[in-house]
Amino acid sequence: MSHAPARRLSAAEVKLPERHPLRKAGLFAAAAGALALVAVLALAAGDPRQALASYLVAFLYWLSIALGGLFFTLAMLASRAGWCVVVRRLAEHLAGTLPLYAVLFVPLAVGAAHLWPWWGGADPAEDPILAGKAGWLDPGFFWVRAAVYLGSWALLGWWFRRRSLAQDTTADPGVTRRLQSLAAPALLVYAVTQTFAAFDWIMSLDPHWYSTIFGVYFFAGQAVAVFAALALLAMALERGAKADGERRPGPLAGVVTVEHYHDLGKLLFAFVVFWAYIGFSQFMLIWYANIPEETVWYAHRLEHGWEGATWALAIGHFVLPFFFLLPRGVKRNRATLAAAAVWMLAVHYLDLYWLAMPAIHPEGFRPHLLDLVALVGVGGLALGALVFALARPALVPVGDPRLPESLTFENM
Amino acid sequence: MKLPKLPVPPWRRSAGPAPDTVLLAEYSGPDGLLAAADRVRRAGWSDWDAHTPFPVHGMERAMGLRPSRVPWYVLVLGLGGAAAGMTLQWWVSAEAYPLVISGKPYFSWPAFVPIMFECGVLGGALGAVAGFLAESRLPRHHHPLFESPRFERVSDDGFFLSLSAAGGDEGDRALRLLEETGPARIERLGPDGVAEVPAGAASRRGPAATPERGVPPGGAP
Repeated sequence: MSHAPARRLSAAEVKLPERHPLRKAGLFAAAAGALALVAVLALAAGDPRQALASYLVAFLYWLSIALGGLFFTLAMLASRAGWCVVVRRLAEHLAGTLPLYAVLFVPLAVGAAHLWPWWGGADPAEDPILAGKAGWLDPGFFWVRAAVYLGSWALLGWWFRRRSLAQDTTADPGVTRRLQSLAAPALLVYAVTQTFAAFDWIMSLDPHWYSTIFGVYFFAGQAVAVFAALALLAMALERGAKADGERRPGPLAGVVTVEHYHDLGKLLFAFVVFWAYIGFSQFMLIWYANIPEETVWYAHRLEHGWEGATWALAIGHFVLPFFFLLPRGVKRNRATLAAAAVWMLAVHYLDLYWLAMPAIHPEGFRPHLLDLVALVGVGGLALGALVFALARPALVPVGDPRLPESLTFENM
Repeated sequence: MKLPKLPVPPWRRSAGPAPDTVLLAEYSGPDGLLAAADRVRRAGWSDWDAHTPFPVHGMERAMGLRPSRVPWYVLVLGLGGAAAGMTLQWWVSAEAYPLVISGKPYFSWPAFVPIMFECGVLGGALGAVAGFLAESRLPRHHHPLFESPRFERVSDDGFFLSLSAAGGDEGDRALRLLEETGPARIERLGPDGVAEVPAGAASRRGPAATPERGVPPGGAP
């Protein structure tokens, strides 16, 4: 109720407990990740192209979740949303891991020549289309752009998290005002950089092909991934450490409620639809115009065994979750929402795989052991970095002036 | 006592005979009304409602309202609209007047998806409006509550609970129940117009206190 006494939280109440299982999981994940990356490196000698492609998909997968965290943080600040304050810190932590991806990009920058087919340049007489794109698809320029994308994400993720953490002790509402006013220009930077990153890293695997909506498609996947990830992360933090054979309530128990999960579920549902809308818009325009240099991209994905992946994606990433997430009760029940979130995170990997891999294996759907090893490798480090980020500070922005509003938030 | 005859929409006619009396209790704020709604629900009354100038959190639980059925109208009419949109395009383009357009098959479903989608949205939106009207028994030209001049404040700062009851014993029990919820005032709306019920009117002549029905005292809200 609006006039109920405002509930406040102290930072100590919402810190990760010393013996919380997530701490060990983070350490274990980081170690496993490092080992797996060494394995990728060892296996890369035999088939560098496959290794780099597997690594690219894994890199994009975990990056898209962290970038989604940046999007969530910025969008919620820019829209001055009150409901989400109790989960916004988790998104800030996700975005805070973005500097890691600047480091993890190094193998791709080094091995780029094996992966992106335009790397060697093109003869204008033989391939006028590619020669015409030489100005953009230039190795030096590619590296500079990658540095700009990764640098701006790392900077934004680090800065917004740091400012928000500082507010925990000062409880200064001016910080919120400043973050809110800076979130809009930061969103602009995010939108432009993630669009061109999608062009550079995924679309240019098929350098003759282009689609102007491609960046929006990449963004839609990020949004789906982050709402799923935030719901799962909040649920994990509602569970506490085990003591005397009993599980204690976790730091977010009673803080993140079914009302917040309902909203995360609604956003997850909405972006599942948005993803399908964008994906179909791209497909339909290309199908309708029927220009060979455009349709070739879909031709690769609708034959030689890839058609199975395409249909699996359409059904698994849209039809099933659409009907599953439709009822209100599913979004207000932790078990069903968690099932939907895990499912969406799984098909999100398929989505990125489907974007990148047909360019490497046009001859057919060829899952490789390296796909799995690279996924574990990057994912282990990503999870380790996330646990490192959320191990010490409060898990809720306790100094945010909208926190009482979020704590008592109710859907109609 | 008899209420004035109201124009009753056809789907409302099965609702049974009009109540003899409508009691209108006014509360000073949402908290008092919430507590009163909780109490009236526990007492097991069926024909009653709460009226507030803005949505009050927790009122659905206090009143024991079941989830709205409007989403089902939206689902059925939305899917129906989408199916109708696709069928129409298939029939026009592939059956009634087949035309080859840019060398594509007569039934080129990808081209029909946007219109199917829009028809689904249209059906869903119309379903939401129709479902809302049907579930809230609208349109309705008049309601006995509008007889009370104070009730106009329901769209400003008034918090009301209205309760319909038959005459005699049931009316007395209803009045007693409402008095126990501590309203600022109670009005009785009948064929003779609106009359304020003096405080404590029911307790002076009333029967035994209202037995609690349905949910046991202290049960889950």
